[in-house]
Formats: sequence, structure tokens, C-alpha cells
Amino acid sequence: MNRTRTFGLVAALIAFAVLPNFLKSYGVYLMTLFCVYLMAIFGLNLTVGYAGQMSLGQAAFLGIGAYQAAIFLKLGWPIFIVLPVAGIVCFIVGLILGFPALRVQHHYLAFATLGFNILVYLVMRNEEKVTGGTFGIPGIPRPSLFGYSLDGALPFFYFTFLSVVVLALFLWWLLRSPWGRAFAALRDNPMRATSLGINITAYTLLAFAIGAACAGVGGVYYAALVQFIEPAPFHFSASLTMLLAVIVGGSGRFFGPVLGTIIVVLLPEWLRFMQNWYLAVFGFAVVALMIWLPGGLLSIPERLRWKGAAK
Amino acid sequence: MEGCGEMTPTARFLEVKDVRKAYGAIKAVDGVSFAVGPGEIVGVIGPNGSGKTTLFNSILGQIKPSSGNVDFCGEEITGMSPLQLSRRGVGRTFQTLQVFGKLSVRDNLIVAAQEFQGTMPARLLAPPDAGLGQHADEMIEFFGLRHVAQLPAGSLSYGQQKLIDIAMAFMPKPRLVLLDEPCAGVNPSLVDQLRALLIDLNKAQGGSFVVIEHNMDFIMKLCPHVICMVEGKVLAEGPPETVQANRQVLEAYLGN
Ligand SMILES: Nc1ncnc2c1ncn2[C@@H]1O[C@H](COP(=O)(O)OP(=O)(O)OP(=O)(O)O)[C@@H](O)[C@H]1O
Ligand SMILES: [Mg+2]
Repeated sequence: MNRTRTFGLVAALIAFAVLPNFLKSYGVYLMTLFCVYLMAIFGLNLTVGYAGQMSLGQAAFLGIGAYQAAIFLKLGWPIFIVLPVAGIVCFIVGLILGFPALRVQHHYLAFATLGFNILVYLVMRNEEKVTGGTFGIPGIPRPSLFGYSLDGALPFFYFTFLSVVVLALFLWWLLRSPWGRAFAALRDNPMRATSLGINITAYTLLAFAIGAACAGVGGVYYAALVQFIEPAPFHFSASLTMLLAVIVGGSGRFFGPVLGTIIVVLLPEWLRFMQNWYLAVFGFAVVALMIWLPGGLLSIPERLRWKGAAK
Repeated sequence: MEGCGEMTPTARFLEVKDVRKAYGAIKAVDGVSFAVGPGEIVGVIGPNGSGKTTLFNSILGQIKPSSGNVDFCGEEITGMSPLQLSRRGVGRTFQTLQVFGKLSVRDNLIVAAQEFQGTMPARLLAPPDAGLGQHADEMIEFFGLRHVAQLPAGSLSYGQQKLIDIAMAFMPKPRLVLLDEPCAGVNPSLVDQLRALLIDLNKAQGGSFVVIEHNMDFIMKLCPHVICMVEGKVLAEGPPETVQANRQVLEAYLGN
């Protein structure tokens, strides 16, 4: 990263950190929600964008993380236990979900992961004893941090914001490590990859597991943010939305998820004044984007440079 | 790396014994046997569809031969996966371009060798270039790719990608490399350079090569030993001059 970019990034982070102080509680809530989805979408970008695997099951992992957090937070477990437990459980379930990917690709894989999401959704809806069924789990307490309560909207925002920054730093490091390169090799040419000693079985499973763990962690923050969970937000349509965020932002670009999440989480809120029209406008914008910018929003600078060079 | 390490010198390096592969009624490879010694360069020629690529794929685990076996350093490797073979120091290039399109040229070279170092957890904690940056840069220099080293491999010309493809196969310093038509689509002056490069690599790294090629000039100058395949069988074998002068080879492949 060059100096201008680093400067821009730091400026954006500061602006993002300061902004909630000028917002009403709903605005702070939305910004926190943005951070929550960003965690899951960062993870999905690793699975889909970097490792080239198709996944329509990310919302299920967000849900698994959220339900666990709901149950454990209500039991009074500290956040520093709940977080790793959610991450590890989703990591393991993600590993398992990776197995179909060893046999099938692309749309077949999309359906396999979609089926998984439906299954998880049905469990959430039907296993009333554990999940509360369609009534969900109310009264989830906000965690505290070293005895400092995160009850208020602002403290919880900062906790979530800091966490997503830490997660992003971790992913940045991971993707720059030899593993990141192996993921890209798996995406670009799995046949060549195996002939170069790259264990594509291991990397495929890891790509799913790490992506899933990110969503699981995000789920913990989700439960603590909304304090009431039910199956609806973890429906497979939410997985579709997250995949859309990855693609709209720029699949396989590190900051793609940031733009993508703004589009799918925040833009609908801003378009709310259009009432019934907003879905149509949103849908049209997405179609247009896919036609004219298949590389996603973050491919714009490259495209402009290209045009400049062609003249 | 040269030869089979601590193996007895009498042990054959690569030995292909009566390998057959049929696709329905088509006998793509029909009982091929040959051997390659340590540090040797063997050429494989033959008309289109004579089974050369299928032979490579059968040796390298891309497909499972219908019968026959392949030994490498005294170990039977028939039916092993490409991953297992790569661990044993067997590398290849493919007839069609196989680079990692979105990775930079340098990353293509690094990723080609990184998995041979340490364990997976160790690689996670390794520096970003996996300690291979210098080796990759040397290879980039060797293949004359310095000015494009940071560009995505997929954005380069066919010939440049072909060079990357070949360089990748040599990055892990394999003991045996099978090259499927390295000259296809490469311009004449580069073909000569490529031959010189292969000879240098053979001297520097000491590996054995098996090279499929339709460019006769290239094969004749590079390979002391040549095999000519026709319709899945070995029609003639020996020093290039002998094979080139063989009447059957002239009829079936080279023409007049
Ligand atoms: N997967 C496959 N299914 C059916 N037939 C195949 C398959 N692969 C190869 N063949 C057939 O096997 C025969 C040998 O093909 P192969 O690709 O090995 O030839 P080749 O000597 O490499 O030719 P070229 O010089 O054109 O590359 C051909 O008749 C081909 O049609
Ligand atoms: Mg061929």
C-alpha cells in the first residue's frame, strides 16, 4: 500500500469512529450492524473471492454464531469465551461444509451450500426447546468488558468497530501469507495447483472454515446488538445478499466487502424514502452494475487507468 | 537434485512398463515402455493424436492407465495423484497454458515452490514470500521476465505465459520434469533461447526431462534420446539422427 492509500484508510477509519457521536441511536445501531455484516462478508470474500469457492450458506454461520451467543450470554458466559467458541464451532462446521466443494463446483456447489443453509434454518425454526422456534430468544444481555458494561449504543459500537478492524488486520495478514497465495492458486487453476504440490483438499476446506468462522464471530456481535434473535435474518436470502455484497464490492479485492456492505446494508436504509420503489431501484442498480462493472465497484480505478492508457 | 538420492546406482530412474490407456474403442496409449536415466533428456515425437499427452497424463496421475505400471526411483508410482508425485519431485507442464491468471508473475513462481517448504502451519507463519523471493527473482531474470514480474500473469502475451509456465515447473527444483510442447506458440528466436535455458537448467539443477515437441529442430538439438510414437505405440527409439532417418518414422510423421 502506498502512502496516499494508507492516509485515506486512516482518515476513513477516524471518520467512521467519530461519526456515531453525531447520530441518533438508530444511526449508531445501523453503523454497528454494518460492522457485524462486514465481519461475515469479509469472511465470505475469502471463501468466494480469494479461494474461488461458491457459497450460499454464509447466513447460516452468522445464525449459528448468533444462537450460540444468545444461549451462552444468557447463561452469563463472558464474551471472551463466547467469541472463540462461536469461531471454533463455525470453523468446524465450515470444514464439514467444505467437503461437497471437493466434489462439485460452481452452481452445484451453490445448491449444496444453499441446502445447508435451509437445513440450519429449519433447525432454528423447529428445535423450539433450544432455539425458541419462531418466537426466537429474547432478552439477550449485552456483554461487559473487563467489568465495563457495553450496554450503551456507543460503547457497543466501539467494541464492534474495534473487533472488525482486528478481524480485517488478521485477514490481511493471512491473505498476504503463503496461504493467501495458495488460495488464489486454488481459485485460478486447481489442476495446475495440485501438480505443484498444493494440497487443494486442505485449502478448499480451510477456505470454507475460515470464512465460516468470521461469520460465526459476527453472529456473536449480532446477537448482542439486537438482543433478540429469531430465524428470519438467517434465511438463505441473507446468504444471497452477502454474496451480492462480495460481488458488488469487487470479489477477491481486500476492501471490496466494505463497499459491498455499504451497498447492501446501508443503501436500502437510505432508499427507504422511496417506500415501495426502493426494491425496484435497488434491483435495477445491481443489474446495471453487474452488466457494466462485472469486476465490482473497486475495479473502477483500474478501469479508468485502462481507459487512460488506451488513448 | 540429481538421481534418486541414496538409491543404488543400478536402480532405474523412471521406468514406464507396458502402459495402456483406452478410451472406448480408441487405444490412445497401446503398450508403451521406455526408461529415463538420471539427468537424461528424452524427446517424444509423433503425429497429432498419437497418444503423447495421454502417456504423460498416465505417468503423472492426471488419468489412471488401463494397465501397465510406472516406477520412479524403484518405487511404483502408477495411479498416484499429481499431489503425491509432486512430493516425490516429479513436475510437469501442460500442453495448454496453465498459469494462475490473477497472480503476479512473481507470485506464480513463488506459489509453484512454496508448498515444498515446511508444514502447512509453518507456511502460515512464514514471511509473505515464503523465503523464496530471491529464488523467484533469479528465475525471473533467467527467463527474461523482469519487466513484467509484477503484472498479473493472465495479462501477458501467450509466449510470455508459456515461459512462466515452464519456469513454474522448475521452481521446486524437480528431479524429473515432463514438458508437453514447450515451444508451441513461441516465436523462433525464443525457441532457441528456450532450448539454451533448458540445457542450462539441466546442468544447473541436474533433473531429467521428457519433452514432447513437434518442433523437430528443437528436439534434435536438445534430446540425445528420442522416442517416436504412432497410434499409441512406440514406432522407433534411439539417438535423434537414427529416429529421423527411420523409414517408418518418415512415412508416418516427418514426411519428405
Ligand atoms: N479424455 C479423452 N476421451 C476420449 N478420447 C481421448 C481423450 N483424451 C485423448 N483421447 C484420444 O486419445 C488419442 C490420443 O490423444 P493425445 O492427446 O494423447 O494425442 P497427442 O499425441 O498428445 O496429440 P497432439 O500432438 O495433437 O497433442 C486421440 O485419438 C484422442 O482423441
Ligand atoms: Mg498432446
